[in-house]
Amino acid sequence: MGDKTDVWQGTLALMVLRTLETIGPQHGYGLARRIEQTSGDQLQLNYGTLYPALLKLEQEGYIRSKWGVSDNNRKAKFYELTKAGHRQLKKAAADWEQTTAILARFLTPARES
Amino acid sequence: MRPLRALVLRIFGLLRSRDSDAAQDADFSAELESNVALHTDDLIRSGLTPTEARRQALIRLGGAEQTRQAHRERRTLPSIESLVQDIRFGSRMMAHNPGFTAVAVLTLAIGIGASTAIFSAIKPILIDPLPYPDAHRLTMLWELRKDGPPMPVTFGTFYGLSQRSRSFDNLAVFKPWQPAAAATGGADRPERIAGQRVSKDFFRTLGIAPSLGRDFQASDDRYRGTNVAILSDRLWHRRFAADQTIVGKQVRLDDALYTVIGVMPASFENVLNPSAEIWAPLQYDPSLPFDGREWGHHLRLIGRLKTGVDCQQAANELSVILHSLAQAYARGYDSSGGAPNGILVHPMQGDLTQAVRPALLAVLGAVVLVLLIACVNVANLLLARGSQRRAEFAMRSALGAPQGRFARQLLTESLLLATIGGLLGMAVAEAGARALLALSPPGLPRLNAVSVDGAVFLFAFALTTLIGIAVGLVSNWQASRGDLHTGMHQNSGRAPDSRHWMRRTLVVTEVSLAVVLLVSAGLLLRSMQRLLAVDPGFDASHLITMQVQESGHRYETDAVRIQFFQQALENIRAIPGVVSAGLTSQLPLSGDQDVYGIQFEKSNNPLGDPAYRYAVSPGYLETMRIPLRRGRLLNEHDIAGAPVAVLITQSLADREFPGQDPIGQHVRMGPDVGQVDRPWATIVGVVGNVKQESLAIMQEDAFYITTAQWAWGDEVQSVVVRTRTGIAPASLAPAIQQAIWSVDKDRPIDRVATMDTLLATTEVQRRFVLILFEAFGLVALVLAAIGIYGILSGSVTERTREIGVRAALGATRGDILALVLRQGMAMTTIGLAVGLFAALAAGRALNAMLFGITWLDRITYLSVALLLLSVSCIACLIPARRAASIDPMQALRAE
Repeated sequence: MGDKTDVWQGTLALMVLRTLETIGPQHGYGLARRIEQTSGDQLQLNYGTLYPALLKLEQEGYIRSKWGVSDNNRKAKFYELTKAGHRQLKKAAADWEQTTAILARFLTPARES
Repeated sequence: MRPLRALVLRIFGLLRSRDSDAAQDADFSAELESNVALHTDDLIRSGLTPTEARRQALIRLGGAEQTRQAHRERRTLPSIESLVQDIRFGSRMMAHNPGFTAVAVLTLAIGIGASTAIFSAIKPILIDPLPYPDAHRLTMLWELRKDGPPMPVTFGTFYGLSQRSRSFDNLAVFKPWQPAAAATGGADRPERIAGQRVSKDFFRTLGIAPSLGRDFQASDDRYRGTNVAILSDRLWHRRFAADQTIVGKQVRLDDALYTVIGVMPASFENVLNPSAEIWAPLQYDPSLPFDGREWGHHLRLIGRLKTGVDCQQAANELSVILHSLAQAYARGYDSSGGAPNGILVHPMQGDLTQAVRPALLAVLGAVVLVLLIACVNVANLLLARGSQRRAEFAMRSALGAPQGRFARQLLTESLLLATIGGLLGMAVAEAGARALLALSPPGLPRLNAVSVDGAVFLFAFALTTLIGIAVGLVSNWQASRGDLHTGMHQNSGRAPDSRHWMRRTLVVTEVSLAVVLLVSAGLLLRSMQRLLAVDPGFDASHLITMQVQESGHRYETDAVRIQFFQQALENIRAIPGVVSAGLTSQLPLSGDQDVYGIQFEKSNNPLGDPAYRYAVSPGYLETMRIPLRRGRLLNEHDIAGAPVAVLITQSLADREFPGQDPIGQHVRMGPDVGQVDRPWATIVGVVGNVKQESLAIMQEDAFYITTAQWAWGDEVQSVVVRTRTGIAPASLAPAIQQAIWSVDKDRPIDRVATMDTLLATTEVQRRFVLILFEAFGLVALVLAAIGIYGILSGSVTERTREIGVRAALGATRGDILALVLRQGMAMTTIGLAVGLFAALAAGRALNAMLFGITWLDRITYLSVALLLLSVSCIACLIPARRAASIDPMQALRAE
């Protein structure tokens, strides 16, 4: 359970950062919806699981939050990327691409044979 | 770096107040609520009814509570957080159950405290080496009396041995000395100083040298040599303001001037006489005149063995030397009751602690039992709580608490208890050690070294803590065993029976340990009763005694001395309220022990038999009310120059003159024994036996002679005064002292005590042990009773429904009462049986301390059994009555 969660948390954090970079400040619900849409509805989150991840990112200083008002006039807490967040996104994205590239080399020939 | 930032934030999260914690919770709740609201809006827009939309939104959010918990844990460090929580919760649980907490904490405190105090007291006495270099080479030597027991040595023996022995680096003798220091210079008032007269090698034997000045040397310890003295550091500070130039100065002691030659270091601990503050050389006559003090058995002999020589080798060598000494100084030995049978060489520490060792070991054993009982009791309490909390844990685990959390929770609680108990135990140990010192019998060596021992405390603390942990784990295992369903059902009154086996075993253990302690206490109590019933041989009521010391007028003649005592006695007799008064060279049960030889003309034994010597004034025996069995008492006509008159005790008369009349028979005593040129003294009377050393010691042979007719006038004598009934004897003490001082104001007086006090003090060591055993026994009994009560009371609560069914099916009140009683008494009986067996072993170990009964004393075992049965019966009866009064209807409906 532990390892899987770590991978999931790591990727979830990357998704959050990337989404925030794309759409700008957004509240938790909006982020969750956006992540679902971006994944082509392949990811079905319990929205609750997003919040501890957001808190972690905030504690690490990659995002910051403040209360605001949504499009349809509801109070909501909005998250946005910090400078450190932008840097972290670049680094994490690069890392991720490298990781997937390496993994791909392992997996692709195996399928061929 | 970033994760570190998170960690710091989380640690700060730990420190936040509960208010800000709640604010954060509220903030997060609001965020979740906004999530749900936004989602609901979207779903309504997509065509759902508002109710359905909100339901769907909540489902997609997932478990709100788990999310909150995850968020909360992310805010802080959960492991520490929950530790703090556990402690907080544990404290709250403890506060909610003050009874449980108090009993557990007190039990721990008593167990830890008592054992720490006792171990602390015993360690420096029995275990730590004496505070001297190479202490294992130090020995104590005794001459062996012809009839067996060891006795102090004579100067003659010491002198002969130290001249010839090759086994020792040093040999030294010492005796008590109490000079009066006059008011001079630094000190403003006269003072009697406790000190010792020692032979020249005393300090060298111990291996400690003066820190200032020099040690004694041969030229100091010469017969009628110059007066020199060595001071203790304490005395040097007290009377001489730590004067660095004290060496070479003179101090006035008694009537003479002494030159200070040295000061002992502050670290010097004198185990042979802890109160001694000044030392002067012995200065006995090495020509060993056979009729002098050189042949009195009043010196204690210590020796430092040469490296590689053991006690037995030394004793063998000394015995050979002693044999030749006995031939060379036959007259000297004869005057002191005959040549000794041999020499005993004991390791010094063993010798010093010999008298107290059985008592201390007994107390040690008792306190170990108390510690065990404390542990068992706490284990029991925790187990009981564990099973009471099964329902609580089952409920919490149904609500999602992880299993590990309970173990941690229980551990935290046990440790919390152990910590509080330990802290309180430290206080108990401190107080206990102090009380022990106050209670302790005189003659316990190294009392000043007694202090609460950190290592011992840690040991006791660690022991109870370990037990706390073990029990915490066991009760967790117990509580988590079995499924939640049964656990939750516990409240309904159906409890599985098997769960109690462990608690029952513990209670049985507790009962049996209590039996061991109670039997031991009982044996000691019965011994004490037997002892106090022993007739001391005189009437101790309404007697006041005091010791009149040497005047310090050196070289005063016997005639002057006797004149002084006669005058003092007359003055005392004139005091209103005084019935009679007398003087004696040694006072029964005061610690005096003065033995000389007595030779009977008819038995043709030129060596004589050892017997207590009482040089007394006429009127002494009347004052003591020592019964006259035959003949007459001593009177004013038995003066110097008159035919010497002697009284012997019944014990001597029975042995030496069986079926004969001892009156008119002839004896020689003390220095006259074996001296054919000396006249015979005549036995004029036979008196009752008197206990001299202790009520328990049967040695009673003694003779009485008037001071005037004894070979010398004793310098130190005890005054015995019988007061009128209706007057507290102690109230006359000042008047008596004045009466003595009106004759000679320089006569120091000490050891003022009523005879009743002396009588009580002789058995103080026995009483000390008895008090401790009684206290420990009582604690054990109470704890065992609480244990039985606790388990039965819990069991009745759990069996309410079963009892209700029984009652509904026709069981009478009596049946139910019997049911519960049987359960409790079964535990008691098993515990009792085991305990009585164990008590046999304990009683046997106590044998040395028993008097007048054997360790198999039936009455003790029976009374303890009865006591325990009745106490546990009461402990059972309370829950049993509660069980009997259960209303079946209510019990069944309570489901």
